[in-house]
Formats: sequence, C-alpha cells, structure tokens
Amino acid sequence: MLTKEMNDLLQSAQTYGWVMEPFAKQLFVLAGMNVPQFTWTHNLEGAISFVRGTGYPVVMKIVSPQVVHKSDVGGVVVGITDDAGLANAFNSMSKISGFSGVIVEKMVKGIEMIIGANNDEQYGPVILLGFGGTATEIYRDISLAMAPLCEADVDKMIRGLKAFTLLEGFRGSERANIEDLKMLVVRFSELVVDLGETMESIDLNPVMCSAKRCVIADARIMIRK
Amino acid sequence: MDLEKIFKPETIAVIGVSLTNAAHPANVIYNKNRLRYEARTFAVNPRGGRIRADVLYRSLNEIPEKIDLAVIAVKAELVLSVVEECINSGVKGAIIISGGFAETGLSDLQDRLAALAREAQFPFIGPNCLGVYAAPRMDTFFIPSERMVRPEKGKVTMISQSGGVVVDQMVKATAEGVGLSTAISIGNKALIKEADLLRYFAGDPGTDVITFYIEGFGKNEGREFALAASECKKPIIVLKAGKTSAGNKAVSSHTASMAGDYQVFSAVMAQKGVVEAIDEFELMAFAESLSCYPRNIDGKIGIITGSGGHGALCTDACISHGLVVPVLNEETQLAIKEVLSPVLSNIASCANPVDLTGSSTDDDFLAAARVLSKNPDIDCIIMLLLPYIPGITVDIGAKLGMMHQQEGKPIIAYVPHVEKYRIIVEGFNVYNVPVAHSVEDAVHMAEAMRRNKSC
Repeated sequence: MLTKEMNDLLQSAQTYGWVMEPFAKQLFVLAGMNVPQFTWTHNLEGAISFVRGTGYPVVMKIVSPQVVHKSDVGGVVVGITDDAGLANAFNSMSKISGFSGVIVEKMVKGIEMIIGANNDEQYGPVILLGFGGTATEIYRDISLAMAPLCEADVDKMIRGLKAFTLLEGFRGSERANIEDLKMLVVRFSELVVDLGETMESIDLNPVMCSAKRCVIADARIMIRK
Repeated sequence: MDLEKIFKPETIAVIGVSLTNAAHPANVIYNKNRLRYEARTFAVNPRGGRIRADVLYRSLNEIPEKIDLAVIAVKAELVLSVVEECINSGVKGAIIISGGFAETGLSDLQDRLAALAREAQFPFIGPNCLGVYAAPRMDTFFIPSERMVRPEKGKVTMISQSGGVVVDQMVKATAEGVGLSTAISIGNKALIKEADLLRYFAGDPGTDVITFYIEGFGKNEGREFALAASECKKPIIVLKAGKTSAGNKAVSSHTASMAGDYQVFSAVMAQKGVVEAIDEFELMAFAESLSCYPRNIDGKIGIITGSGGHGALCTDACISHGLVVPVLNEETQLAIKEVLSPVLSNIASCANPVDLTGSSTDDDFLAAARVLSKNPDIDCIIMLLLPYIPGITVDIGAKLGMMHQQEGKPIIAYVPHVEKYRIIVEGFNVYNVPVAHSVEDAVHMAEAMRRNKSC
C-alpha cells in the first residue's frame, strides 16, 4: 500500500510526467530502500554545510523539471573533492534551464547495477535487473521477471546474469552484498506493484553494490499523465 | 465459466449443416461426429429436411435431446442470433468455427459476441477456429475424417492459436507415438483464452502435460497466463511465434528499451517453471519426455553408449544445454566393469560416458544401466543404442524398459534408423521410455526435465 506521504511525492510529478530525483529518493527511503546520504539545496551555502557534515568526495546533480537526462546537459559532476570544486559545479549548474536547486550527495562506490521496472501491456509490472551504468544498453547483461518477486525469483535473476561472478568477488575484489541486493529488488518489486498503473517505467541506474550494501545512486520514475 | 461440456459433451448440435454443399465445414464436422465419434450428434438448419437418412432439425428446440455443445458454422452476421438461441435453449457451451470477425477487421462484431456470452456466462471457443479434437468422443476439425491422422489416446493436451499448426503437431505426435488427450484450436479467442484453458486442463484428470502454441497476448493476458501457470502442477510447454520485433518503439528508459516483448515472454515463462521450446521439433521432444517423466531433475546425466563418437557428441550437447555429465567415481566404475562381459573388461570405458563398444550385448547395456540407476550422482540416463551392433537384439527396448520400471530412474533412449528398428522403439514405448531419433533430441528431452518446475 502506498502511504499518504508517498502519494504526495507522486502528486508532485503529475505536471511533468516524471518524478524529480529528490522526490524519487524520498519515495525509496519511505519504501525501505537505501539511497546515499544527500541534501537538496538551492544555494552554495547549503551544499557547503552538507559537506561539512559528511566530508568529501561528493557528487552534485542538477534538479530541474526540464532535465530528464542530467548528464546530457552537464548536470552531473562526480568526484568533487574541495570547496572550490563544489562552487564551480554549483555555478555552472545554476545556469541550466529550469534550475530548481541541486542534489549534493556522498560518493558511493561499488559495482554499477541497474534495477528497472516497466508496465508491460501483456504482463503488467515487469522487473529488470542487470549490470548498469551508462553502457548498460551495450552489454545488455540483464534478467527480467514479472513482479512481485520473492527472494528465490531474485536469486535466479542474479545467477542468470552472465557477469554474475563479478558480484561474487573477482580476482581479489570483495564480494558484493548480494543479500542486500536481493532485499532491494524484492522491496522495489513490491513498490512497483503498489504504484500500479501510475508508473510507466523506472530506472534505478546505477545502483552501487559494494561489500557493505547496495545503494540507489540515481533514479528516474516516469509516470503516466 | 464451466468448460466441461465443451470438451466432454454427451450431445452435440452442428448448426449450419448445408443441404447442397457436402464440403461445407458444418457438413464435414457433422458427418465425422455422427459416423465416427461417441457424442450423439444432431444437424441443424432452419430450412429443415434430411441429410442422408438423418433429420435436419430446424432449431435446437426441435432436437429430442438436451444439447451440451453447439458447433456453430454459419455466416458471421448470423452467429450472434444463433448464440442467443443456444443460451435460451440451455446449451452448455459452443465452438464457433465461423470466420469473419476480428481477423477481417470486424472487431466490433466480435466484441458484441463476447459481451453477450460473458453476460450469460456462456463459454465458447473461437471464433475463426478448428475447435476441439478429443477422440473418441468428438472432433470438430473441419478436415474430412480420412485426411486426419489419428494419434493414440494419451495424456498430452495441445492448445494452439493456429489450427494449421495444431494439425501439424498431431501428425508429429502420431509419428513419435506421443499419446494425445485433447487438441484445441482457439482461433480469435474472443472469450476463452489460453489462461482459461490452462486452468481447466490443470484440473483435467485425462491430461498430464499441456502444450501451447502462442502467437500473441492481449492486454494483461500474459500476466493471467503466467499466474495460471504458477498454480498448475502439471508440466507446461510453450512455443512462441513472433519472437522478432518488427516495430521500433521510441522508448524513454533503459528498462523499456531492453525489455522487449519476446524477452519478457521468455523470462516470465522461465520464472514460472514453464518450459519454452524453440521450435516445433523441440516442442514434440519435450512433450514426449515430460509425459513420461513429469518430475524435475537437476540434470546430472549418465551416458551409456555403444560408440565412442556418439558418447562424445552427446556430452558436448549436454554441456551446451546446461546439463552436466559427471565423471563416475572409482567405485562405480569398478562396479560397472565387474558386471560387464569379460570380453569388454579391457576395452570398455566406464568413466561417463560409459562406452561399451561395438562388442557389447544386450546384457552389457542392462548391467551398466542398472548400476547407473542405483547411483545417486546421476539423475537421468541417456542410452545411445546402436542397433547395428551384432550383440544387440530386437528385444533390447523392452528389456531396458522393464529394467527402468523396476529401478525408477528416468531413461531416454536414442535409436537411429527407425524404419528398420521400429520394434526396438515400440519395446521402449510399452514401458513409457521416450525415444529420440537424434542425439541432440535425446539431450533436449533431458533438458526439458531440468527446466520443468518441481512438482
């Protein structure tokens, strides 16, 4: 069941057809999923005070109802390590059309995964899990299944990936927290079922999977107007 | 809706039988059911009269018996009023053979037909279909009786969106000795869809395996089908047409772009334990093996062969289909050696594949198979029988079949050159052991058992 708080967040998206990142992330937090520590601020001071609490490095991303693909317009700066970098990034982003502040968040490391959902005409909500990042459509190393999913379903999806071994720790790298990934996908699939016809598609890309946990670094929810 | 009387009618009315055209579908259907099948069949035409010595009834109400099933083969524009008559006279269901609905663009007429039937809870198959073959009770395929194959009665039910494809599958089933329970051509599936049939045959005591030929699903139909499949305890096999997508939809997300129609179909079927066949040959091989062995295996294959080459080819095929061919431990290898003919002791290889060589006899195959049947590291045996080997007799099929019945472990036999050695194949069939005619097919049969969900 969607709570009132969740519905309010979705309401905010009705005009644009998609949910802006800060709202999307709040929605995922409410659904019990991990996102990086972040702040949404309209001024540089807000960004600086956030960094004083968490420390560098951080990522800055544009928040604008007019920008769905942030990196296409220079709306994503990763690996910011000092105040000067933070100010530079903020200044250039404040010129992007529709500027509604920026997200500043803690850099998270890990293997880049994609978790997605699509409202399929024939099968209803369908979940995608695969290796993510900007090149996800080149590798196309993905598994699909019909929502809702149980843990056993997700286990099969993970094992069905060609590069599954990467998650298990490859040549000395640490094993990713696969249990956390499973839990994330199960909760995501339940949220997707709850969203029902409202949702058109969702991309969580990338989801960063490290030995500690799996965190949604970026998310886009397209809704039906 | 209760589909029982569509598949198990005691009485059938064929509506639309012609006085002048003997080749009319209604006449073909009436004749074969009247003359050959068990259901009591009556002909209906509003003009009345006689067809041969039989009465041609003017309406359903004139028929002296209560009618279970109406087979409707009248012009499309008359179908609605005929269905109304059926509903009013208490008929339990219909098969609508007539074309001229959604397939010709008349979706509106079809929608009205479906709405009328749904309102009255009156089930029907079609329109635009061949209907149901369920010998010896009934057969509504409008193919003259003498042109039809007659598969053995068995426990496989085939459901197909295409009439042509299901007739072809019946020919293949007959050739492979796969016994058929029911074959259904669902046509435009205006009311009764794949998921409804899956639910019905999941509970049908005459059906052990259900196969589908699917062209496309309407809105939410795929989901309905998947949910019905996940509740079905029997093996389900699907063959999908339209795997390639001609349309290039503009999509706004990675997920939408990577989750194409066929990819989703294939993934959802696997998720729900449905076995997908890639072509009609695989479909028949799967149906044959799952009707013999409905239980799931891990896929640890023991190969017994009379030829090293066949063993090697079979091993390759197993590996490429996700099966394993574990090397047998020393103890098992010795146990096999001990029971073989002395002449084989230095030439047979017992590692897996167990290669008994061209010097083997029936007894060597039996002895090796018995050892593997008791070995927990192997959950299915593929038996590569080369009947040309001088020590092999025509009794080998029946002998191995009987041994399988005693030991209980699944055996799949490969027998080449069927025309010459059919008696061996029949020996296996008596004991419910599936027989493949290529090494690859034998491996497909084992693969189906691995992919079939646990029951």
